[in-house]
Amino acid sequence: MNKLKLDVENYRNLLKQYITTHDETSLYQAEQFSKVSMQHNISPEEIIHVHIEALKDLYPHLPSEVDDSMNFLLEAMISYGLAYQEFQSLREKQLELKSEISVAANMQKTLLSTVKPTINGIDIGAISVPANQMNGDYYHFVTANDESLGIAVADVIGKGIPAALAMSMIKYSMDSFPENQRFPSDILKNLNRVVERNVDPSMFITMFYGLYHPATSSFVYSSAGHEPGFFYNAKKDTYEEIQGKGLVLGVTNDTTYEEFEIKVKKDDKIILLTDGVTECRLGDRFIERDEVLEVIKSYIHLPAQEAVESVYKHFERLQDFQLRDDFTLIIIQKNV
Amino acid sequence: MDFQSCVKIQKEWDIVGARQLGRERAKAIGFGTVDQARIATAISELARNIYLYAKTGKICFEIIDDLEHKGIRIYAIDSGPGIEDISQVMEDGFSTSGGLGAGLPGVKRLMDHFEIDSEPGKGTQVKTVKWVR
Repeated sequence: MNKLKLDVENYRNLLKQYITTHDETSLYQAEQFSKVSMQHNISPEEIIHVHIEALKDLYPHLPSEVDDSMNFLLEAMISYGLAYQEFQSLREKQLELKSEISVAANMQKTLLSTVKPTINGIDIGAISVPANQMNGDYYHFVTANDESLGIAVADVIGKGIPAALAMSMIKYSMDSFPENQRFPSDILKNLNRVVERNVDPSMFITMFYGLYHPATSSFVYSSAGHEPGFFYNAKKDTYEEIQGKGLVLGVTNDTTYEEFEIKVKKDDKIILLTDGVTECRLGDRFIERDEVLEVIKSYIHLPAQEAVESVYKHFERLQDFQLRDDFTLIIIQKNV
Repeated sequence: MDFQSCVKIQKEWDIVGARQLGRERAKAIGFGTVDQARIATAISELARNIYLYAKTGKICFEIIDDLEHKGIRIYAIDSGPGIEDISQVMEDGFSTSGGLGAGLPGVKRLMDHFEIDSEPGKGTQVKTVKWVR
């Protein structure tokens, strides 16, 4: 109560100063007054009340109509005051949610983390950036004693938390498969069953799994409806789509996946991605796949990690730093 | 409880009657203009809820004036459909007012004490108090 009285006094002085001098200083101080009031959760009707009190102090013989009209204004502001309080409490709640999600996002990062392996003669670059805080894309490298390298790239249709939860499931399942089970067709077949059993029918997951053997220079892969990547044939200096037909994961429980093979020679490159790359938006249109390829080509001479980061930065800028979808890009270059 | 000071809510016009009686009572016990306006707004919200969802009900006022404190207690009683999920209607941003700060959370903010009881199929009873400061 004391505090409010003090405020009335302060307000009255400011008001008086303004009415007599019309100076900008008192208006500036009025602005400060309203900011401090907001910090103390003072609602608009209370400010009007303070105004009425100050006015009565300054002009004791105010016509009663003015007094009435001010009370009318006060009544009219009550709902604004409520909306303001609701806004404050929703803002607090939003901050809470945000920090909760960021904890979850960090946890997801730890869960889905994968180590980019160092393999002689191969340069690997990988980047995966979520559109929101949590990532519905996933990539994972699997190494084995025979020096072979398994590469998984998956994309949940949709983004945000549900997508991220589904991704964690893919990762757990892959971890639980026996180590000797490394063939792309088997891995996709098993994951398909897991997804079919555990995920809501409206949710689909596309996935690509490739297995590279340095000894034979063979890259064997299967695809479950995943966005095709590109293969750069250095000898011919051409880019080809890495075709692989296969149903997305989770449609029926007995889907099987075909295996394809590419022979990788010196300076050849394998480019894997998710549709967050190919479905970047330029204004109100989606960018074309060959435009994406042009962008990739313009950075491909760089070391693989630098190349994927440069491509990402290019698209990030193109979309005004607001990704519409999770973005994952992997480039593998054979150097020897 | 002195139920003599009750207003039946059946048509929209009754909301105004409830506001008016509530304001008179509040003024008589010594509430200032800001609190009078808040109490009237809270009554409006409660009466509107009855009018919109229960069709009929009543708003009752009880004056508290003892040695320790002065205040007004408002009851909103209806035998309408009741509320299935009370925590949902008490959530900010949920209200059918379209997130304009009103609804039951708004009533809770305007007043000092708020209680709600509701049984689906039987009706709803809100009890809310504001103290003179």
